[in-house]
Parts: sequence; C-alpha cells; structure tokens
Amino acid sequence: MNGRSEVTERYIGLYKENIEKITTSSSPYINSFREAAYERFRDMGIPTKKNEAYKYTNLNIFFDHDYKSYFMPVTSDFIKAEEFRCDVADLDTHGIVLLNGFYPTINEKLRQLPSGVWIGSLNAAAIKFPDLVKKHYGKYAKSDTDGLIDLNTAMASDGVFVYVPEGVALTKPVQVVNLVQSDEDMFSQHRNLIIVEKGAEFSIIICDHTLSPQKFLTNAVTEVFVGENAHFDLIRVQNEHNAACKVTHTFIHQEKNSVASSNNMTLHGGLIRNSTYHYLGGEGAECFSYGLFLTDKWQHVDNFVNVDHAFPKCTSNQLFKGVLDDMSTGAFNGRILVRPDAQGTLAYQKNNNILLTDDAKMDTKPQLEIFADDVKCSHGATIGQVDSDALFYLQSRGINKREARLMLMFGFAHEVIQNIKIEALRDRMDNLVMQRLKGELSRCASCMVKCG
Amino acid sequence: MLIINNLKASIGGKSILKGITLEVKPGEIHAIMGPNGSGKSTLAAVLAGREFVEVTEGSVTYLGKNLLDMSPEDRAKEGIFLGFQYPIEIPGVSMVNFMKTAVNEHRKHNGLDPLSASDFLKLMRDKKELVEIDSKLANRSVNEGFSGGEKKKNEIFQMAMLEPKLAILDETDSGLDIDALRVVANGVNKLKRPDNSFIVITHYQRLLDYIVPDVVHVLYDGRIVKTAGRELALELEEKGYDWIKKEVENNVLS
Repeated sequence: MNGRSEVTERYIGLYKENIEKITTSSSPYINSFREAAYERFRDMGIPTKKNEAYKYTNLNIFFDHDYKSYFMPVTSDFIKAEEFRCDVADLDTHGIVLLNGFYPTINEKLRQLPSGVWIGSLNAAAIKFPDLVKKHYGKYAKSDTDGLIDLNTAMASDGVFVYVPEGVALTKPVQVVNLVQSDEDMFSQHRNLIIVEKGAEFSIIICDHTLSPQKFLTNAVTEVFVGENAHFDLIRVQNEHNAACKVTHTFIHQEKNSVASSNNMTLHGGLIRNSTYHYLGGEGAECFSYGLFLTDKWQHVDNFVNVDHAFPKCTSNQLFKGVLDDMSTGAFNGRILVRPDAQGTLAYQKNNNILLTDDAKMDTKPQLEIFADDVKCSHGATIGQVDSDALFYLQSRGINKREARLMLMFGFAHEVIQNIKIEALRDRMDNLVMQRLKGELSRCASCMVKCG
Repeated sequence: MLIINNLKASIGGKSILKGITLEVKPGEIHAIMGPNGSGKSTLAAVLAGREFVEVTEGSVTYLGKNLLDMSPEDRAKEGIFLGFQYPIEIPGVSMVNFMKTAVNEHRKHNGLDPLSASDFLKLMRDKKELVEIDSKLANRSVNEGFSGGEKKKNEIFQMAMLEPKLAILDETDSGLDIDALRVVANGVNKLKRPDNSFIVITHYQRLLDYIVPDVVHVLYDGRIVKTAGRELALELEEKGYDWIKKEVENNVLS
C-alpha cells in the first residue's frame, strides 16, 4: 500500500502511458519541468475534501472516470476549430481557438499583430522565444497543496501564448475560445502563458465551450506576468454543458504599480472550480478579482481566490456573487494574505449569494491572514433570498412580482458584470444572464449543444 | 375615490388599526397626522398592499373596486402610488430601466403601446424638470448612495412619472431640510389636478405650510380621533398631541 487513492493512481497511469508521446511533441524546455512535477503530483494526488482548499468540492465525481485521453490532435480537428465563429455582435477581437487544449492552426502557429504583440501556441513560442519562456514559464504557477497544478505541468503540452512588449497598448482584446469536442469522454489539459511587459496594456477574454455532449474534464493552468505600470484584464466566460467539469488555475503575478483584474463569469457547467491567485509583487500594485455564477439542477461552482500582499501599499478588491437554483451548490473561499512588510495594505472582499430554493446550498469562507499592522481590510458574506422590501418597492410601482424578482436578480448580477470594460461583451453578458434568469437557454456563439 | 370603512388590521397578531373610516373624494388633499406608533404607516402599508399587514375586518373600496383583493402591482396600475417613508436602495437596477418598466406596465394596463426609447427619455427629462431633481440621479442605480433628501425627491419624481390618481405620501417630509421640503411640496402642488387626490401622512405640520390640505385627520391608537379643516394642523403644531390623547382618554372614561 502506498496510501494513494485509486483516482490518483488513474492519473499516474495516464502519465506513464503517455509521457513519451507528450514529450515527443513538446519543446525541450517545457519537457524539463515534467518529471519533477509528476513526482510532486504523485505525492499530493488529486485533491480530496480533506484538503482545506477543496473542502466543499468533490472532484471525484468527474476525476474518477475512464476518459479517453487525448494528447495529439488530428487534421480534421483543426478544420473544425477553424470553422468556429463567435457570434457576439460588435465584439472586435483578435481571435484564437484552442481545441481540446491545442492551438490548432496548421500553418501559422504564432502570429504577430501590427502593434508588435505575439499570439499563438505556447509550444511554438517555447522554440521561437526561448528566453521569454525560460524567464516566465513555471515561475508563477506554484502550490504546495494543489496537486492538479503539477498534473498540468507534468502533462500539458500546448495552450495559448501571448507576448505584449514593453509600452505597447493593445486596444483590441484577444479572445481565446476553448472548445472541447470529441466522440468519446475526454480529459484535456492546457497551459497558457501571458506576458505583459512594463507599461503595456492588454486584455484577454477566455470563453469555454463544449461542442459535443460527451463527458469532459479540463484541468487548465494560466500564468500571467504583469510588469511595472502595466494594465491587464482577464475575463473568463464559462458556458459548458452539465456533463463537463472545468478546473482552472490562474496565477497573476504583478509588479510595481501595475493594475490587473480577473472576472470569472460562469453561466453554465456541471462542476466548475476556478482558483485565482493574485500575487502583488511590487509597491502600489492593485488587483480586482470578480466572479459571478448562475447555477441550477445539480451544478456546482467553486471559486477559490488567493490574494498575496507581499509588498507595501498594494490594494486588492474581491467581489463574488452567485445565484443558485434547484439543488445546485456553490462555494467561495477568499484568502487574503498580508505579509509582515506589506504596510499600507488595502484589502476588500465581498461575497453575496442568493438561494432561490430550499435545496440550493452555498458555503462561503473568508480567510484573512494579516501579519502587518498598518492595514485596512474588510470582508463580508451574505447568503439569502431576494430582498422582500426591494421586491415590494418594485411591485408598488406597477411591476409584477415575476418581473420584479427578475429585475432584482439581474441587478444583483449586474453589479459584477458592470466591471467588464469591453462594452460589447458587457452587453452580451447582461443579455445572457437575463436569458438565463428568465429560464431561457443562454446559448452563446454558434454552439449546437444545449447546455441545460 | 377611496372609501375606507371600519378597517382593522394587525401585524404579527398585534392589533394596530382598530377601525378606521375615511372617505377621499377626487381633487381632495387629506392630511393624516398623529403621534409615533399611532398606525399611520400601517394604514399606508395596507393601502399599498404589503403582505405583512393582516386585515382582520372592514373594507377598502377604490374607484368602486375592492382594493384589498388586488395585488400591489395592480393597485399601482389602477393609479395608487405610495411614497415610501424609507425608500429602498436597489444596487444594479438603473433608474432608467426601473422607470421604463414601470411606465410601460402602466401603459400596457391602459391598452397603450410601450413608449419608444426617445419618447421615454423625453418624458424623464420633462418630469425631472418639473420636480427639480438633479438629472444625474436618474442615471444611477435606484436610490443607491442617494442622500435622504435625494431619496425623497426621487419618490416625487417617480410619482410624476406614473401620474397616479391617488398618491399616499408616507412621511415624505421626515428628515428633509427646508429646500428639499419645498421641492417635495412643489412637486405635489404641480401634480395636483381636480381629478386626483393625495393622502399626506405626516408627523409635523411643517409640510402643510406648503401643501394645503382640505381635511386633516388625527390618528391615535389605531383610530381616527379627530377630523377637521387645516386649522387643526395649526392647533396640533401649537399644542402638540397631548391634549388629543387626554381628550381620547376622557372620552373613554366618560
């Protein structure tokens, strides 16, 4: 007996069977991380509810399953991906499609935008920009407790690479569309690396879709470097069907006086776990961490946030909201760590949730660890129903109860949505959330799969 | 327009209104005064349809219909407006969206098409001018971060938008400085027509310097204990409520 769980053994087996194939198709630098990561994963395993960070989420529902694993795409997959078009009107972006975790363009693995920004495949970037990748890859995605990050490092072979050189402001956002499509149940992992150098400005939209109704499990890691005085915004739009599980780990490393935001908009998905790590690694850095989810049926959404105030005079803001219907469940864990030298810290956290039924359940856990004394910190969490006074106020103006409830829930959600700076996307989110609250299907893009 | 007959109501089993009889005719302004805890706000809540108040006896007829059978939203669409003592803050719901929905619900009820976006914005502009509210307030979320005075002015603005037949203003004057009070009173006076009525609930006579009532009622311990012309309000201002309380107690004893 080695003490490892069966489910962990399953992924150890997967690694052993496929590591040769994965290594052959990946760059040597990325390969150089694999063995050590595998060993750490072997020790930590797939997180269970005994792990404090996963206390409210049972990953086994999706991890303990025999997926057909998928490590290299074939040509027909590339064609499918090229056919995909996002239909959000007026959303003007530089588009990238990832199919089952791979960057599927055949000829142009990396492309340079007119402003000098590079976008494309991480695997290709590791060869074309070895110094950049060496400087940043694997430097921010670190955890002593979450084996899934090491599982990703051990086996992921591609994902999105973005390089925004010093002082460049990219006005148009980059939109990454993560598609999963397969005839069989599938496990996939991808790895993104985003480098925003000193004084640069960049925003990225990551959309998650499922294009076929099979059972899917995705374990994705994104590393972001935000240089001094740089601005970075990340918006995630998650719209997958109920047989899909998405686990994301996002590490945002910020330098002095930089501003970064992350916004997780979870419209649909069977089991979703978003871990967002903000490292405030220089004086005057500021971060915003937002999240909104709407769940029904048996869905489960877990947002885990870790804000690390490592330097003085940094500011962090967390705002997470959930609307839970039927017997769906949710969790929020917001950690704020203020290190001993981080004087002058401002850290705020708010988590509000509406339960629409008696069966829906939400767990929320603020976790403040403060080791400096000149700190302004606040946190608040609520779990409740639609406010009956507000409901009556709207009714007393002639708005019927159903519509009034809808307006209140929409208003509740809009408080998160309004932080999206890209107008076309903000309008689209308002729209999708309204449809979702009305009980209509909020299908996005040319998606043929009914998420409900 | 409104006939209240022997209305009794309780909250959580505690009897609050103990038999109120009152008639409001078109074009009239009624003031309801009374000490704290006399049941003024409960009466407003019953008329607007709040569920936590339980009507135990009596009837309320509004334009010939049984008001107590109607939902709060139907009452509003039939022309009843309640100005709240404590207007509610609703983050995330914009004033524009709120008012557009409300106005169009009213229009639908009256068999009219919804207003076009431009007609609606023009209506907002006109009414904002009429009630002298800061045009920026209308661009914010409903009452969110409004000062006390702004909230009350916003009630008057909503009243102007919805053009009710019967407006019940529940202590709209409380907590207002003299300028805000004037704005609120001017709003009421500008909206007054021969065919609409107001019930102004107030603790102080101050508001009645600006809004001249036709009838003044004094509510005490769940009953209307005195009804007279506007001179009653002046008397109350001068002498307070104690003499009314004494009168009532004497009546009970004798």
